[in-house]
Amino acid sequence: MLKYIGSRLIQIAILLVIFVAIVFFLLHAMPGGIKSILITNPKLTPQAQEAIVKAFGLNQPLWLQFVDYMKNVFTLNLGISFSYYPTPVWNIIAERLPRTLLLFTVATLIAFFVGFSSGKSLAWNRGKTSEYISTVVGIVTYTIFTPLLIFIMIWFFGSYLGIFPLNQFLSPDLWIHTNLNAQTVFLYILLTMLIIGAVMLVSYLVALRFSHKVGTRKLVFYISTVIVVLLSLFFWWISPIGIYGADILWHMILPVMVVTIISYAGNMLVMRDSMLETIKEDFITTARAKGLPDKVIRDKHAARTAMLPVITNFVLSMGFVVSGGVITESLFSWPGMGMTLLYSVLAKDYPLAAGALIFTGIFVLFAHLVVDIVYAFLDPRIRY
Amino acid sequence: MANSTDESIEEKLESPLAVRAKLMWRSFKENWKIFSESRIGMVGLWIVIIFAVAGFVVYPILAATVWKTTSLNAMVSYNPVTGYDFLQNNPAPPSFAHLLGTDPLGRDVLAQLLYSTPREFMLGIVAALITVLIGTLIGTIAAFFGGIIDTFFMRLADIVLLFPFIPFLIVISGMMQVDLLTLALIIGLLSGFGGITIILRSQGLIIKSKPFIESAKVSGASDAYIIVNHIIPNVMPLSFLYMMFNVTGAIFSEATLSFFGLLNIKMSWGLMIFTADTAGYIVGTNIWNYWWLWLPPGASITLICGAFYFIGRGLDEVVNPRLRKR
Repeated sequence: MLKYIGSRLIQIAILLVIFVAIVFFLLHAMPGGIKSILITNPKLTPQAQEAIVKAFGLNQPLWLQFVDYMKNVFTLNLGISFSYYPTPVWNIIAERLPRTLLLFTVATLIAFFVGFSSGKSLAWNRGKTSEYISTVVGIVTYTIFTPLLIFIMIWFFGSYLGIFPLNQFLSPDLWIHTNLNAQTVFLYILLTMLIIGAVMLVSYLVALRFSHKVGTRKLVFYISTVIVVLLSLFFWWISPIGIYGADILWHMILPVMVVTIISYAGNMLVMRDSMLETIKEDFITTARAKGLPDKVIRDKHAARTAMLPVITNFVLSMGFVVSGGVITESLFSWPGMGMTLLYSVLAKDYPLAAGALIFTGIFVLFAHLVVDIVYAFLDPRIRY
Repeated sequence: MANSTDESIEEKLESPLAVRAKLMWRSFKENWKIFSESRIGMVGLWIVIIFAVAGFVVYPILAATVWKTTSLNAMVSYNPVTGYDFLQNNPAPPSFAHLLGTDPLGRDVLAQLLYSTPREFMLGIVAALITVLIGTLIGTIAAFFGGIIDTFFMRLADIVLLFPFIPFLIVISGMMQVDLLTLALIIGLLSGFGGITIILRSQGLIIKSKPFIESAKVSGASDAYIIVNHIIPNVMPLSFLYMMFNVTGAIFSEATLSFFGLLNIKMSWGLMIFTADTAGYIVGTNIWNYWWLWLPPGASITLICGAFYFIGRGLDEVVNPRLRKR
C-alpha cells in the first residue's frame, strides 16, 4: 500500500512538472509575451522597466527562465501579484486555498452520497414513472447553465425566503467587533473535519480487527462517530470562536447546495447504469433464490459491487467540479481559488493567474490521489 | 457458355455499393427503432430540431421581413441585433413590437436569441467533430499498435483528464483574443486527447481481438487498411455517442466563458446574460422584474445542452445493449 502511494506520488510529481511547463509556456506564448506587457506599460519609467526586466530575468534565454520558474514554483516562490502589489502570490493563495478546500470537500461528499443512494434506488425502480422523472430532473440539473441556477437559488433562498445570506463568506457586522482572523476560523473548521474523518477511519479499522460480527463492528463505528461529532460540537460551543465558525457555515450552505445540485447527477446516472448491469449478474439471482429480503440484496449484494464505477466517475468529475467552482465562487463572492483565478485573469494579473491555475491543478491532483487510495481500500480485487 | 452465365449472374447481383447502402439502411432502421423507444432520446431530438429550425430557417425569414432595417412598421434603420430602439425606455418588457422585450442596450432579445442559435450549433458541432476525429484516430491506432504508442497516448490522456478545463480556458481567453472558431478548436483539441481516447481505445482492443481482423491480416491487408476499414467502422457508434456529450460540453464552456465576458465575439447566449448582469439588472430581489433579460438565454443554454445530453442517453441504449430493458 505504501509502495503504491509512493509510486502515485512520483507520478503526480511528474504530472505537476508537465502542468507547470504548460502554464509557463502559455505565459510566454501570449501575443508579445510577458516582457512586452511590462515594457509597453506607460506608467513605468525606462529605469523601472529595466529594473523589472533584470529582476525577473526576462532578458535570459527562454530555457533558463523556465528552469528558474520551475525552481521557484517548487520552493513556493510564485512571484508578486500585480493587482495586490506588493503581496506575494503565495500568500494570497495560502489565504484562499482553505476556503475552496472547505467548500468543495463538503459539497463533493454530500453530492457523492446523494448520487450514490438515489442512483441505487433508480435502478431498482426501473421503468416506473418515478425513475423517469428523477432521471430527467437529474440530467436537467446536470446540464443546467450554472449561473441560471445560482440566480434562481439566490432569489429563492436569499430574497424570497430570506433565510440565507446573499453573498460573501461572513457577516461584516458580526466580525467588526473582533480582531479575529477569518483564516484561523477556516483552519479550525478544516482541522475539526480532519479529526472527525480520522476518528471514523480509525474506529472502522479497530472494529475490523476486534470483531467478526457485522453488528458489533457497526456499533463501534457509529458510537465512536457520534461521540466525536458531539465532542467537537461541544468544543465549538464553549470556545469563543464558535459563533464565527457558525457564521461561516451559515454562509456556506447556499454555495454547497448549488455545487451539490450540479454535481450529484453525474454520480447518480453512473450509479444507475452500473447497478443495472450488476442486477443481471448471477449472484443477484442466487441471492433472490435464497429468499433474502429485497433491501439486503439491493444494499449489500448489488450496490457494493456497483459502487466502483461511481468512484471512477468521481475521479473524472473532480476537474468538472473545480471548473463549476469558478462560477459558483464568483457569483457568491466566495473568495476561493476559482474567484481568484477569474479576477486575476480579468485584471491581467499574470503571476497570480498562473499561480492560481497551478494550485487548482495541484488541488485536483491530490483529490485524485485520495480517491485512488480509497478505491484501493474498497475494491478487494485491487491489492498493491 | 460459362461466360454468359457469369455475366447473367453479375447482372442479377447488385453492385457492392448498393448492398452496402441497403445494409446500412437496415441497421439504421433497427437502431432507430431502439432509439425511438427511449423517450428521453426523442425529447432531446425534438428540442434540437426545434432549435435548428428556429436558428437556420425562422431567423433568416424574420430578418428578411419583419426585422428588415428599412421595414416601415419600425423606425427607419433599426437592426434588432445591434441597434438601439429609440421609441421606448430600454430594457422594455415583452410587447407586440418586441416579443421578448429589449435589453439595456435597446436590442431585441428574441432577435439576439435566434441570431446566436446557428453559432452555438456551429461551435458545438465543430468542437465535437474535432474531438471525435482525434479521439477515434488515436484510440484505434493506440489499440491496434499497442506498445510505446499506446503507453504515450494513455499517459497523455491521463494528464488531459486531470486538467482543470474551464480554469485553463479562462486563463487562455484572458491572455489572447479568442473568437468562436478558435474556441471550438481549443476545446476540440483539448478534449480530443482526453477521456474519449481511453474509451475508444478499450473498444478498439475488443474489436482487434475479433477473428475478422485476423483474416484480414492473413489476406494481406495493410495496417492502415485494417484500421480505416475494419476497426474504425466498428467503434463509430461509440464515437458518435461521445460526440453528443462533447457538444454539450463545448456549448456549456462557451456559455461560461462568454458569461464572464472573456470571449471576443459579437453575440452569444452567455454574452446576453453577461450584458444584463453587468448592467445591474440581475440582483437578488428584483430578478423577476427583468426576467426576459436572463431567462430566455439561460433556458436556451440549458435546453440545448440538456437536449444533446438526452440524445446521448438515448444512443447509449442503442450502443450498449446491457442497458436495454429486455
